[in-house]
Amino acid sequence: MTGTMLRRLCPLGGSLVLILGAGSPVSAEELRIGYLAPTTGIFAQVGKDMVDGFQMYLDEVKGDLGGAQVKFIVEDEQGKPDTAVTKARKLVLQDKVHMFAGGLLASTGYALAPVSTSEKTVYVNPVAAADDLTQRDLDKYPYHIRTGWTSSQPSHPFGQWACEQGYKKIVAIGADYAFGYEVVGGFQKAFEDCGGKVIQKIWPPLGTKDFGPYIPTIKQDADAIFTLMVGPMSLQFPKQLAASGNKKPVIGGGTSYDEFVLPSMGDEVIGHVSALQYSAAIDTPKNAEFVKKYRAKYGKVPSYYSETNYTSAQMIHEVMKKNNGKWPGAEAFVKEMASIKVDAVRGPVSLDDMRNPVQNIYIKKVEKKKMFGYDKDELWNTVIKTYPNVGQFGKYDKAAFLKQPVYGRDFPPCKFCE
Amino acid sequence: MVRLSAQFWLIQAFNGVSYGALLFLVGSGLSLIFGVMRIVNLSHGSYFLLGGYVALTVIWTTGSWALALVVASLSVAVLGLVMERLFLRPLGFDPLRQVLLTVGFAFLFQQAALDIWTGNNFDINPPDALTRSIVVGGLYLPLYRMFMIATALVIGLGLWLVMEKTRMGAAVRATVDDAQMARGVGIDTSRISMLIFALGAFLAALGGVIGGAFLGVYPGLDFEMLPIAFAVVIIGGMGSLGGAAVGALLVGLADNFGKALFPEISYFTLYAPMALILAVKPTGLFGRE
Amino acid sequence: MMTRERIKVLAVVATLVVIAILVPNTNSFVILLATRALAFSILVMSLDLLLGFTGLASLGQAAYLGVGAYLTAILATKYQFGLGLDFWLVVVLGILSGAALAAVFGLLAIRATGVYFLMITLALGQCVWGLAYRWNSLTGGDNGINLRGRPNVGIDLSNDVTFFYLVLAFFAVSLLMMYVLVRSPFGHSLRGIRERELRMRILGYNTWLHKYIAFVIAGAFGGLAGVLWAHTAGIVSPENVVLTTSVDALLMAVLGGAGTLVGGAIGAAIVFGLREYLSTLVPWWQYVLGAVYVLTIFYLPTGLMGIPERIRQHRARAGKPGEAKKLASAPA
Repeated sequence: MTGTMLRRLCPLGGSLVLILGAGSPVSAEELRIGYLAPTTGIFAQVGKDMVDGFQMYLDEVKGDLGGAQVKFIVEDEQGKPDTAVTKARKLVLQDKVHMFAGGLLASTGYALAPVSTSEKTVYVNPVAAADDLTQRDLDKYPYHIRTGWTSSQPSHPFGQWACEQGYKKIVAIGADYAFGYEVVGGFQKAFEDCGGKVIQKIWPPLGTKDFGPYIPTIKQDADAIFTLMVGPMSLQFPKQLAASGNKKPVIGGGTSYDEFVLPSMGDEVIGHVSALQYSAAIDTPKNAEFVKKYRAKYGKVPSYYSETNYTSAQMIHEVMKKNNGKWPGAEAFVKEMASIKVDAVRGPVSLDDMRNPVQNIYIKKVEKKKMFGYDKDELWNTVIKTYPNVGQFGKYDKAAFLKQPVYGRDFPPCKFCE
Repeated sequence: MVRLSAQFWLIQAFNGVSYGALLFLVGSGLSLIFGVMRIVNLSHGSYFLLGGYVALTVIWTTGSWALALVVASLSVAVLGLVMERLFLRPLGFDPLRQVLLTVGFAFLFQQAALDIWTGNNFDINPPDALTRSIVVGGLYLPLYRMFMIATALVIGLGLWLVMEKTRMGAAVRATVDDAQMARGVGIDTSRISMLIFALGAFLAALGGVIGGAFLGVYPGLDFEMLPIAFAVVIIGGMGSLGGAAVGALLVGLADNFGKALFPEISYFTLYAPMALILAVKPTGLFGRE
Repeated sequence: MMTRERIKVLAVVATLVVIAILVPNTNSFVILLATRALAFSILVMSLDLLLGFTGLASLGQAAYLGVGAYLTAILATKYQFGLGLDFWLVVVLGILSGAALAAVFGLLAIRATGVYFLMITLALGQCVWGLAYRWNSLTGGDNGINLRGRPNVGIDLSNDVTFFYLVLAFFAVSLLMMYVLVRSPFGHSLRGIRERELRMRILGYNTWLHKYIAFVIAGAFGGLAGVLWAHTAGIVSPENVVLTTSVDALLMAVLGGAGTLVGGAIGAAIVFGLREYLSTLVPWWQYVLGAVYVLTIFYLPTGLMGIPERIRQHRARAGKPGEAKKLASAPA
């Protein structure tokens, strides 16, 4: 019944469209963006935050990026790198996306980058922070653009900051895997280059929740403790550290206190300082608006996972604007994206010549207070210092930096460990 | 270099024992379930996690941690009961199918938990009184760890008393030793089985609530706890409550000291001993087959 | 003469031919999916050797996939080895490495049975996982190892269709070899051990040795699966040896039907189809997968391959009352 009705209406509707179309400007081109995130499995919540961040930007511009209508296709990579590869190939070969974005884990980033090379498709990487993707492995991935960060990027200025605080000896305790090594390694290099000493490095395995074996081994003569924790480890370590009677100042990598875990933390983290390119407490009107809108829409304070995707969408938008909504082709897109500067929620962001962001790094301290007009006292990462224009190599010479090995468990070597 | 002072040994021993206490809570239920029903329950980790999630809901709505303990444990016990009655009972004695059925359910539970509670990392906050530490001879002893040890002792003692001193306990022990004989003597083994499964789920969920303040509540915890629970039961021997206690203590201490003294092999301090013990004594230290 | 056995064999061959013809004509996503399912099926079939024929349920089979995959990846990236004709050598090495690991693990595991075997294989599998994470310099830790392109063995394997044919060929050969194995006297003794190990021992069989050999052979095929797996996805990471991968393999074997060899392939096809195809269509695919597992184990304990047999049994049972009726109504 409805079928015949539709068939009758169609020619009518069709001619209407033609009439209208003849008089209106060129109809929007479709920009197909594929997105890969874990939407099921143990990382599902992070994946959701990633997608929500990107989606929020698209909703704000009503799916119109500079004249192109976006078709946003989200695929579940389930936190498995080989599933990510399969889905990425599907997006490129079947859905014919112009670009794909996303990928959470370092291994996923490393899995997707070659796909972008072999399929000559743009890969916008907002989260995966493995250093070498835009450093020593750069030449392998000419279509890869990173819009997030490298693991060691915030650590370089943070090491300097630690020297400025007067810390002389620091014990580092970080999750025993590559991300941990890179964050701690960057900190150690910068801290030791300005006169500090990392006197001990402890590596609890990824997923450790009982730090009982490790906390008592922390050397007593340290001035401060640097921690790099992720996920559930971030929740438990500060509690157990406090319960052990620790009185030393605690500083750490950005993920140790990021807004993904902060809402579930207690008073034991007040005063802890960390470094990252984003904090939900950045006191600018732009961020205030972002946080309020995100929270109203999704019921939680945005973490850096959400912000980096929001900003990535923004950067894509800027490039499309330049091209009046027409897809300029993969190579041109990469070139143009590498040269834009945006005023993002996290501050000014541009890309260096290896297609990694140059951005503010915020030194943030956990405080309990009211912000942005909310009426409850909550934990916020208050910004206490901003280092502007920080690239992935920090203050170091690029060539010299690339000559040294990637930060690892034993690099930089623990010269001052007894 | 690690300062191997007396303080170090004491605090590490204390930590190891408290971790063992948590493991006992998780492993005792599993041991009973296997001992009585020969069921390999791979959704035991899910019971643990669900206990934590239900407790969170109770705390968010009523603010009472004590109530959460009760409600979470009981509701998961009911869930266990239902699962046993409807799905496991009909399978009969078929370890492989039990394994796979319970794993299938574990996947379903994981997805359902994600849909109901989201995948954010949560923490259970015990009453303030338990979050402090007492200082004994220069050593900081977190009260919560002492609480875990106390709970494990109480439960362990309670279980032992029931098993050794009551008619019900005797019936359970008979069923563990020889189910056919037990039936021959008139013991209602199917009711015992049901009870034990519910008790096992109860203990797991209780472990989840208590552990929730110590480990957190997040997706993936179920499959993380599972091998650990099995390590306890394997090392201690299936069906033996005393074995579960010893196993838990051993695993807790070995894992703790292993990580503290040989951090290089932290990833193996749990599994390598387990594999070695099983290689030497395939039914576990206290197991009887 | 068309015995049931011959029919089965012909059916399998026919299916393989159909797959070989159909799949390359679908889109590239399906081709990639089929390749993955086939490569993983070799692992599942190796598990079926243990499970369905020897009665040993292992929760650590992914370790052999891992060792083959990591070996391939390390040789390709650190030593530029295996990217040309030496790919065949890597295949051999992969098989040997899987067998070697199984030889070592088997010494520890084979004494155990039932759930203890399950647990010890789980523990050993977890040790391999820990190694993958921890031995950063060799395995790349959580970054994994990226293989830069498939080898060129005279024919360029980076073409998905060509690679699909290669994997299909390996699958067919593995299936054939395993089929010959289970039909051999050795295979029959394995089945005897699965049924009644005590009896076999009384009869004088060295059951330990039989089980051990089966374990090593399964490990060898696992290693082969690993080599192919590494090149299918192009990345090897600790995810490949995580516990749930071993659980997956076990579930696929039972889903398809333990003891049927091809059942493993069917199970793999269904799970991969659900996981990676259905997941592109609906978000609640996990429930479907879980339900499929639960329902199969509940109602189809012999798996999907067991359906024809169950139908036959059902018909036989239904036949009997009819016969009785016939007899009753027959003239006295």
